[in-house]
This record gives sequence, C-alpha cells and structure tokens, in this order.
Amino acid sequence: MEQKFYTLLVYSENVAGVLTQVTAVFTRLQVNIESLNVSASSIEGIHKYTITCWSDANQIGRITKQLEKKIDVIKANYYIDEELFIHEVALYKISTPVLLDNPEVSRTIRKHDARMMEVNPTYSTVLLAGLTEDIADLYHILDGFKCLLQFTRSGQIAVTRSFDEPVSEFLKAQENS
Amino acid sequence: MDNEKDNKTQQTTIEPMDKQTPWAGVHIGEECSGAEILMRALYQEGTKTIFGYPGGNIMPVYDALYTYTRKPTPWFDHVLVRHEQGAAHAAEGYARVTGEVGVVIVTSGPGVTNTMTGVADAMMDSIPIVIIAGQVGVGALGSDAFQEVDLVNMAQPIAKWSYQIRRPEDVAWAVSHAFYIARSGRPGPVVLDFPKNAQIHKAKWLPGKADKVKSYIPYPKIDSKAIQEAAELINNAKKPFALVGHGVEIGDAQEELKQLLEKADIPAGLTMLGLSVLSTDYPLNKGMLGMHGRYGTNLKQQECDVLIAIGMRFSDRVTGCLDRYAKQAKIIHMDIDPSEIDKIVKTDVAVIGDCKESLSMLTKLLNKAEHKDWIASFEPLYEVEKREVIEPAIHPESGPLLMGEVVNAVAEAAPSDTVMVNDVGLNQMFSSRYFKFGHKRSVVSSGGLGTMGFGLPAAIGATFGTDRKVCLFTGDGGFQMCIEELGTIMEQQAPVKIILLNNNYLGNVRQWQDLMYDYHHSFTHMLNPSYDSIAKGYRIAYDIVLNRKELAEKVARMIATDGPYILECAVKEEENVEPMVTPGSSVDEMKLHLNI
Repeated sequence: MEQKFYTLLVYSENVAGVLTQVTAVFTRLQVNIESLNVSASSIEGIHKYTITCWSDANQIGRITKQLEKKIDVIKANYYIDEELFIHEVALYKISTPVLLDNPEVSRTIRKHDARMMEVNPTYSTVLLAGLTEDIADLYHILDGFKCLLQFTRSGQIAVTRSFDEPVSEFLKAQENS
Repeated sequence: MDNEKDNKTQQTTIEPMDKQTPWAGVHIGEECSGAEILMRALYQEGTKTIFGYPGGNIMPVYDALYTYTRKPTPWFDHVLVRHEQGAAHAAEGYARVTGEVGVVIVTSGPGVTNTMTGVADAMMDSIPIVIIAGQVGVGALGSDAFQEVDLVNMAQPIAKWSYQIRRPEDVAWAVSHAFYIARSGRPGPVVLDFPKNAQIHKAKWLPGKADKVKSYIPYPKIDSKAIQEAAELINNAKKPFALVGHGVEIGDAQEELKQLLEKADIPAGLTMLGLSVLSTDYPLNKGMLGMHGRYGTNLKQQECDVLIAIGMRFSDRVTGCLDRYAKQAKIIHMDIDPSEIDKIVKTDVAVIGDCKESLSMLTKLLNKAEHKDWIASFEPLYEVEKREVIEPAIHPESGPLLMGEVVNAVAEAAPSDTVMVNDVGLNQMFSSRYFKFGHKRSVVSSGGLGTMGFGLPAAIGATFGTDRKVCLFTGDGGFQMCIEELGTIMEQQAPVKIILLNNNYLGNVRQWQDLMYDYHHSFTHMLNPSYDSIAKGYRIAYDIVLNRKELAEKVARMIATDGPYILECAVKEEENVEPMVTPGSSVDEMKLHLNI
C-alpha cells in the first residue's frame, strides 16, 4: 500500500504520562515518528500533539483508533498536508567570520526570509519559520558555505482549516451527554 | 503536568450518600486516612471479595482490611493467595462468572510486577479487574527505593487505564473512576498505584461516583444507517453465517442474539471465549470456530455470502490465513470497540455500539426467513467430523485413556450449569471442544494471551463468584505453573474440581514439534511429581484414573464430593488435538487428521 506523509493532531487530558502512551502506539505498530510537538491548545486543560510520520491508509487508521482508545486521549485525527496549515521553525547557528567574509551567506539568509536573531564576533543565530522544504533548503546552502555550527528544528506544528479546534465539537457533545 | 488540577476537571457526578449514617464511625466530610477512604470506596462500588497478598508498602491498607473483614459485619471477604499472579487470575475468574469487577490488592515492586501477566491477560480478553498496588511514598519515588517500580508506565501498554493516587484526597475519585473504566464499554484491567503516604495521611471522606469521563465514550451511539445497511445485507443473504464472541456474553445479549438468529434463521459459530453464549444443544449453534474448532463451522466461513461477526475480534486463531479469509462474503462487524473495525478483516458494514441494543435494533428490521438448505449443509460435515474425529476422541474402544473422553465423561456427569475453567494447551482445546454448556457465563479460559498457569487460580476466583459447580481442566505443565494456589484452595476450601490431564508432556508444543520441527521434542517432556503426595500435603481429596473402565465411576465420585478435589487422569502421552487449521492455512484447508 502507498506510503504517504501524514500529520496527526492528538488532543489529550493534561495528565502525566500521556506522551509515553501516545508514542507507545507508534512503537508497537513499528512506525517511526518523524516529528513530534506537544503544547497547550486553545482549550484550557487540553494538550495538543502534532505528530508526523510515513504510513499507509490502513495503518494510519489503526494508529488513530488505537490512540483514541487510550482513556486519557480525547481525540485523534490524521491529515495529509493539503488539509492543514503547517509550519516549522528552525534555528541555524553560523560562524560570524564566514558570514562577514562571504556576502553570499547574508544574501541567502535574506532570500529565504530568515531573521538574524543574534550576532556576536564568533557566531550568529538565524531563525526561519516556514515549510519543511524551505528549512531544509537553507540548511543545505549554509552547510555548503561551511559556516554552520549548530542546527535545530521544531518539528511541524499545524492547525486545521476548520474554524476551531477539531476537538471542540466532541467536547461540547460530551458535556451535553 | 498537574494531576490535582486534572482531578478537578475530570470530577463528575458525586451522589451524596446519607449524611446522617456514619460508615464505620466516619460521617461524610469527616477526616480519615487514605486507606480508610479506600475501604469506603471499594464498599461503595459493591466489592465483596478481594484477592490479595500483603507487603511493606500496602500495610496501611491491610491494617484497614483487618477491621473491615472482621465479623460480625464484615464488608469484604479477603482471599489470601499464595502468589500475586494467582490473585490477578482469581480476580479474572471471579469477574468472568459474575460480570462484576474483580479486585486485587498487592504490595509494590515484585508484588505488583507478579500481577502483570494477569493484567495483560485481562486486557486481551476484556475482563474487568482493578489492581490496587502499594507504592513507596511520593517523596521516595524515582530514588530506586526498596520495592519501588515505575508501575504506571509499566502498566500503561497492557492496561485499560493506570493511575497513581498521590494524595488521600484523590482516593475516592480514583477508585470510582477505576471501577467505571474497568466495567464500562469494552471492559478491561485498571491499575491503581497507591503510594504509602496517600494511604496513611488523612483527608475528608467525600464519596466519588464516576459516570462519565470526558475523553471516553464507553457506549458509542449506534448508527441507524449502519443497522439498515446490515439488515439489507442479511435480508438478501442466501447463506448468512454469524460468528459470535465473548462480547455477547459481556453485553448480556444472549437472548437478543437468539431472537436475531431465530428470526432470520442464521447458523452461528462461537469463538472459544464465547462458547457459553448459546447452549451446546441449541439448534443454530454450529460449534466452535478456530484452529481446533468444528470442521464444518470453519469450512462454511468460506462459503457463506454474508458473515455477521458479533462481539468478536477476528483473532488469528479464528481466521487462519487472512489473504484467503471469507473473500466471497460481505462482512458485517458488530462491536463496541471502534478500534476493532477493519483492524484485521475489512468490513462492509460496521455497527459500533453495545450489542444488546444493536442486536435488538437489527432484529426489528430483519425479515422472517428460512435457510433450511444452507443450515442442513452443515450436517454432512459434522457427520464426517463425528465419525472421523469426535467419536474416536470421546468414545475410544481401546488404547490408553484420552483427553477427549475424560472431558466428555465430566461433561456428562456435571450439572448443565457447570462453569468450565481450563488452562492453556491441549487441555484447553479438548475441553473447549467436548465440554457441554447450558448456562451463560460458563467459560473461563485464557484466550488472547494464552497464559499457562491461568486455570487453577481462575477456578478459585470463579468459586467465589458463583454457587455453580466449577470444573477445571488443566495439564501437568500449566498446573505446576501456579500449583502454589493449592494452598489457597486448602485454606478457603474452594470447591474446585481439578481434572488434571497428565500426559507427561507440554502437549501442545510437542504436537507442533511433531508437525513442524521434525519430531524434535525439545524440552517438552516433563518428569512429574507425585500429585497424590502433593494433594495429601494440601489435604485435598485426590484420586487417579488409570484406565477407561474406572473413568465414569471416579468422575461421578468427584462430582458428588463436596469441596475441592483433584482427579488425576493418566492420559495418552502423545495425543494430538484434531482437526486443525495448520499455521498459514486457510480455514477451509482444515485437516481432520494430521497424519503425524
């Protein structure tokens, strides 16, 4: 079956140990998590997990159902990229002497709409918020300039194109049941 | 993250109890220890029997139990097992025959790790049990303190829910939620980790009563459109076939199932755990499904045009080779657990919800039908199996004693409402094939996990849940895995009739070694102890059957004797269970004879 890149949005109670439960579902089904981000959602007391992975249509359905089966997980849905607004944040720590010696470095940073966060005589920090491909592209170019000292990225974060959190309707229904 | 805050957000309905009536001297709202609150919470949940074993980090709870198990008005029976694994399986046995939650109390560390096999077993077979385990005080958590183990994380993958009660204020809340989660929807095991400080420290006793958890839908709303689609498929079917599982027993929907089967004239096959959903002699009951199930019942799955799976999960032991399983049929899957839909077999119509309700809804939309020819077509296959396999197994004329004939003799001598408990292995297959059921909730077996050692403690637990006769079929391998529970039987005088099918082998593995590993009996032959001496040591009545002449008489004596009994049966050493869907085969390739 065809492998696709999926993003799961998982909502859970704010209790200890949910992260372990969530990741264990992927481990058991032998699916590697490509990125994982956990944060508060717009609903008080509800946490949101943004998880990306390669999977197929059958398997991603099983993962989602197994996640929802966990008592502390409220809702899990999976999406393909077109159904979401997705962004990612990356930080690039680069050598200031190289930055000053090679004007192409700063030109490249500007061209990617990245922001210079900090500059000191030894290193500079660059921030880029964008699509995964843009972040990877800048990484490869800076790496080619031999100026990259450190690099980190946040993993994808996403909101759906629906009006509010995909879990809102479920919570309302549960409150009224 | 903040557990205390979470408790407040999840706290649901609290039904005030009678404020004028003190419970054991404490009014609602007055302070008592976490251990005392636990006693009140367990009582409120209807707990009658606790299976347990004391230890250092659960001593405050056991001190409270000292009071609440005393005459003249004890709240609970406490059954002191001989190993914590036995407590978990006993709770499973109790839960299966009663439908109530089985309760276990053990200490921390090895005490609770010993229960983990039972927890996994209960998860696989959807059995409601609650394990309450001691833990080091919260100040010592994470310090590798004596008998400390990270229980919540350990239990999470194998339990329906696990939770650490860190404060006495949370005890009533946690216990009410634990019982609610364990028994509702698709039941399962819940593990409560109870640090010692929360047992000792005091808090106001405020009874909790959970009837809702916002992240959890135990009984999904049944989609009437799905019911209509299912009804349409069944009404147009020429060869409908129902596969019935343990879920019907859990949902107490035996009558609703019969109404459906009878109205639409549908034959039914039963999973091993669902064997007592329908009486053995019920005309539409076509017997057990699966690897060692009924021959025709397996073959007909490949011939039916509509397959209705009810409260079953398409275990690999039932489906055989999935690539060729029931491809000709439209599949209707009725289950309370949405995660079971399309997990193994792709479904045409999924009816998600409580089967007691969905079966009634479906039956209303069904046309009265007759499928005489289709149902009659099971008969020749049964006749072949009867001649080739069943009769030689249960009525052999010569040779050594066989497992099947022992099971048959017990089934004929025991009352029709007897609870049949088995262990795992050949004893499980023969007893599942040849025991006769006439009452609901009469099968106690380790299905999904296949836990050797399950039988003896589960049978003990069953005797605390019912006055019906409890017969255990076990092999010499499984019997020795939890043989220490004979001490519990002795102390409690638990009236388990133990039929020990002794073949001096780990028989099922030996059969597979013959089948697939060139008869290499790699560590499957066993040197057995004198079970007579062991029975004497535990002061349990004992007899041995060495040949078929004495079988009926000795079985009758066992059944007629009050109290526990061990009947050792010296059965054929290298007997094989037939028929068999060999691994990798399709169900219609079931072999009547293995020729090994």
